[in-house]
Amino acid sequence: MIGAAALALIIAIALMLVRALSGPTLYDRVLAVNSIGTKIILLLGVIGFLTGRPDFLDIAILYALINFVATIAILKFFRYRSFQVSLSRRGKDGA
Amino acid sequence: MIDLILDYWNAFRPALGSALLLVGAVLAVVGTIGVLRFPDFYTRLHAASVTDTAAATLAIVGMALLSPSLAIVFKLIVVWLFLFLTGPTSSHALANAAHTAGLQPMIGKLGESDGGDE
Repeated sequence: MIGAAALALIIAIALMLVRALSGPTLYDRVLAVNSIGTKIILLLGVIGFLTGRPDFLDIAILYALINFVATIAILKFFRYRSFQVSLSRRGKDGA
Repeated sequence: MIDLILDYWNAFRPALGSALLLVGAVLAVVGTIGVLRFPDFYTRLHAASVTDTAAATLAIVGMALLSPSLAIVFKLIVVWLFLFLTGPTSSHALANAAHTAGLQPMIGKLGESDGGDE
């Protein structure tokens, strides 16, 4: 039954990859990549329980951290075309 | 009496955990089908963010019921807390960025207006 859950998560990742490759806008692709990251976190935990080594959860914590930072960094880059801009609300004219 | 309840709970725990894990994974598939079939970016974002948070909660509760020791439950709680805080935050950042960039939501019935991006 745990194997069925892992298989369902792999199917969900494969289907979400279709949206990531064929998304009409940039934001569809970012959404798909973020969602794939969340599903990979769950899949890491499930694989850990499937193989009897729940130490995989440390890697899952790391993936959760990286996933959030990557989403915010991609959005910031495509808004300002640079990573050098500060994210404070003052002194910004694009909002 | 307490021992009897604990015995029943320990016999019932793996089945309940596996069932919750499977429900969470199926919910992830359902959300992905929604992302593939909805017509607009904002509706796709809605489907993805809601089902991601719910699927993560269900699957992590299932894994916590399956776990052999309390340290693993603690790690699962850390993962769940982080996903629960960052999932809606990144969804809000995505919607805010798309709205600021001028992506218009589709308004009206399907096929009536061309407000979407397809």
